[in-house]
This record gives sequence, C-alpha cells and structure tokens, in this order.
Amino acid sequence: MKEIFLAFTKQARDSLRDLIPVLLVMAFFQLIVIRQPLPDGISFSDLWIGLFSVLIGLTLFIKGLQIGLFPMGESLAHAFAKKSSVISLLVFAFALGFGTTIAEPALIAVAGKASEVVSGGGMIEATSTAQQRFALELRLVVAMSVGSAVLIGVLRILKGWPLHYMIIGGYVIVMVLTLFAPSEIVGIAYDSGGVTTSTITVPLVTALGVGLASSIKGRSPMLDGFGLIALASVMPIIFVLSYGLILL
Amino acid sequence: MDFFNILLSTSFDIAPIIAIIFGFQYLVIRKKVHRLPQVIVGFVLVLLGLSLFLLGLEKALFPMGSMMAEQLTSPSFLPTLAEDVQRHWSDYYWVYIFAFTIGASTTIAEPSLIAVSIKAGEISGGTINPFILRIAVALGMAIGITLGTWRIVMGLPLQGFILGAYLLVIIQTLRSPKSIIPLAFDSGGVTTSTITVPIIAALGLGLATSIPGRDPLMDGFGMIALACLFPIITVMGYAQIAEWLEKRNRLRNESS
Repeated sequence: MKEIFLAFTKQARDSLRDLIPVLLVMAFFQLIVIRQPLPDGISFSDLWIGLFSVLIGLTLFIKGLQIGLFPMGESLAHAFAKKSSVISLLVFAFALGFGTTIAEPALIAVAGKASEVVSGGGMIEATSTAQQRFALELRLVVAMSVGSAVLIGVLRILKGWPLHYMIIGGYVIVMVLTLFAPSEIVGIAYDSGGVTTSTITVPLVTALGVGLASSIKGRSPMLDGFGLIALASVMPIIFVLSYGLILL
Repeated sequence: MDFFNILLSTSFDIAPIIAIIFGFQYLVIRKKVHRLPQVIVGFVLVLLGLSLFLLGLEKALFPMGSMMAEQLTSPSFLPTLAEDVQRHWSDYYWVYIFAFTIGASTTIAEPSLIAVSIKAGEISGGTINPFILRIAVALGMAIGITLGTWRIVMGLPLQGFILGAYLLVIIQTLRSPKSIIPLAFDSGGVTTSTITVPIIAALGLGLATSIPGRDPLMDGFGMIALACLFPIITVMGYAQIAEWLEKRNRLRNESS
C-alpha cells in the first residue's frame, strides 16, 4: 500500500513540474504586469479546481499507462518485431499508430477547439452535432495518418530506406499541398502535426521501432526508433491538408 | 453530471486502443496476458485520469490561455492611442514577452529534455554541451511561440512562415553532422507537453479573437506548429556552430 502511494506521489511531482513554470509565469504577469481583476466568466475557484483535476488526471493517466498499456504494448511490439509475417506486422503497425492517436489528450483538446472555430467561421454548420462530427473526423484523419506513418516507418526499417530523404520528401509534399489547400485548414493542419506525438504515441511507437531495429541486423535502435516519430509528425499535416482539399 | 458525460465520451476515446491491444494479443499472438489484473487496473486509471484531465482542460487550461490573451490586448492595458491612428505592432510588447517566457520556462525544466540532452552530450563525445543544448531547445521554443504571436498581431499568412522554416530545416538537414539530426527532430516533439499545448492553443485563438481585424479561423492556429519547428532549427544550428568551432580550434592547434 505504501509503495503504491509513493509511486503516485512521485508521478504527481512529475506532473507538477510541468505545471509550475506555467503557474509562476502566469502569477508574475497577473500580479506585477496586468494588475486587473479576472475577466467576467472566469472565477478563481474554478481555475484552482480545474488545475487540481488536470494534475490528478494527468498523474492517474500516466500511471495507468505505465502499469497497463505500456508493458502490454511493448511486449506485443517485441513479439511482432521478432517473429511474424510482414503482413501482420504492418497491420499491427497501422493499428498501433491509429489507436494510440485517437486517445491522445492534446489531440482531443485541439480538435475540440478547431471544431468551435471552424463552425464559428461558417465552414460547417454552427450546431453542436456538426461540431462534434468535425472534431471526430479530424481526429480520425489524424489517427489514420499516424497509422500510415508508422506503417511506412516499419517498411523503411525492414527495407533499410534512408530516413533523411523520406522526411525531406514529406516536407516537400507538405509545401506543395500548402500552396493548393484552402487557407482556412492550413493552421489546423500544421498544429495537428505537433500534437500527435506526445503522451501515448511516442513510448509505444518508439518501442516498436527499437524492438524491430534490434532484431534486424545492421539497424541502429536510436536512429530507427526516432524515425517513426519524425514521420508521425509530418504525415498528419499531409493528411489534414488533403482532408481540407476534399472537404472544401 | 458533467463528469459522467466526459467519462462516457472518454470510454469511446480509449476503446480503440483497448480493442487493438487485446485483439492482437488474443487473436494473433495467442498468449495469455502477463499480470492481467494489474493491466485492467491500469486501463481504469487511464480512463479516470483522461476524464479528469479533460474536465480540468475546460475549467482551467483553456480559460488561462484565453484570459491572458484578453487581458494583454485589452485597450485599458495597452498604451493610449491618439485618434484615428492604427495601433502599431510594437504596442503589444507584453504579449511577446509573455509568449517568450512561457515558451522558455516550460521547456528548460522539462524532465525528458534533460535526459535527452545528457545522452546527446555522451554520444557526441564532448562536442555538444548538454546545458547549451537545453538552452538551444528552450530558445527555439520561445522564438517559435513569440514569432507565432507576432504573426497573429500582424495578420500575416502562416504559410510563408512555415514554408520558410521548412526550407531552412531542409538545408540544415543536408549540412548538419549526421549524429545530431535524430536529436534535432526529436527536440521539436519534446517541447510540447500535454499541459502546454492547450494553453498555447487558447492563447493563439484568444489573441486572434481580441485583436481588431483578426479572424480566429485564419489567424488563430499555427503557434504549436512554429513551437515544434524552431527547436529543430536552433538545435541543428547549435550543432553546426559547435562543429565549426571545433574545426577552427583544431586548425589553429595544428598551425601553431
């Protein structure tokens, strides 16, 4: 019992370390620079309750990942990397990228905001059903893009394709698509590239890359584990830009 | 009541990954799960934790970002303006200072960055100083966010900034020492934690809402993208400078 409690306090301390710089900067600006009462609709007690639930929530979330999803995901990734057909490995790679991205907290946050803004701008209907549909579609598109990125990344490790050229190629595709995509979607597309690679996706996808690289001769675990993540942050931009081209 | 709605929608969010993991485990690998009760407890914690986080997101993180944007751009806070004069972008200097401090402070103390930079120092065999590397990443993040706020104030199109940054990254990738490239690209992802992303997103949208003439849809996004791109540039830049300095020192030693 005591061990469990200790493990949680340690995790809570890590989450707190993420939060404290933000709080200090905010406090400095509120007390020294702005010196005004909080705007209407924002109450001090709500902020504290919210921050407290962020802290507790993130602690439980990460601890839960560490004892449940990560060990299982890692052992699966190793099992697939060692012995199985290429087809089932690729299916697993896609599914892993897709499933982890759908549950990514930062993506849920940004997709929700994006749907509000998009409906405010008149691109979709201003109803909450239309907003929810857009947010879900956006997350599905991003999840499929990360799935494909992991799939391509795994293929790359198997075949030994050079990484630099693939990333630069991805960047060039992004640049070309940017010129044609409707400008309303561009900001959302670029931001979705940055939010996919945080809490859940990185550890599991890296585990797959490292497991695969260490079971194939002549592959470097450090370089190849990283390559998956780099691809996983370029591909969402390509997919969301294309989604914008089709939608609008 | 609110929390139960969130709990319900969160169950749908994590259902796919549960189905995938257990599906592959039982149908393809066909092995028993190691320590099943612990794994189930883990998934319950993930569900509760994610729901609490999303609740706090609505109650605290989003309001904090938009509140700062609103307060720092309100007419009573900005310098007074003569009649019929367009506001100059430099009037918003507190916005840039806030963006820079938030970017730098959240990055410099990031635990995963500290671990990565120590490792990078070891791999490079002394060419790369872990502490300067951390400063390079934090500086990149801060510059990215500050540039993002400046772009929103000016109402310039995001495309130009991104294309320019991409071009720079491509050129640097071709010219940097090979060993630093994975690290440089990784540092872009390290900087954006689950706590900072919502605050930055809300800050950008808040600025685009409260600055006259800006539209949240066209101008509000892009801060996260710039925050991810600029650390790549500064880290590769640092590696290039470090390599150049070392080469110069070696040449000087040889000639003397």
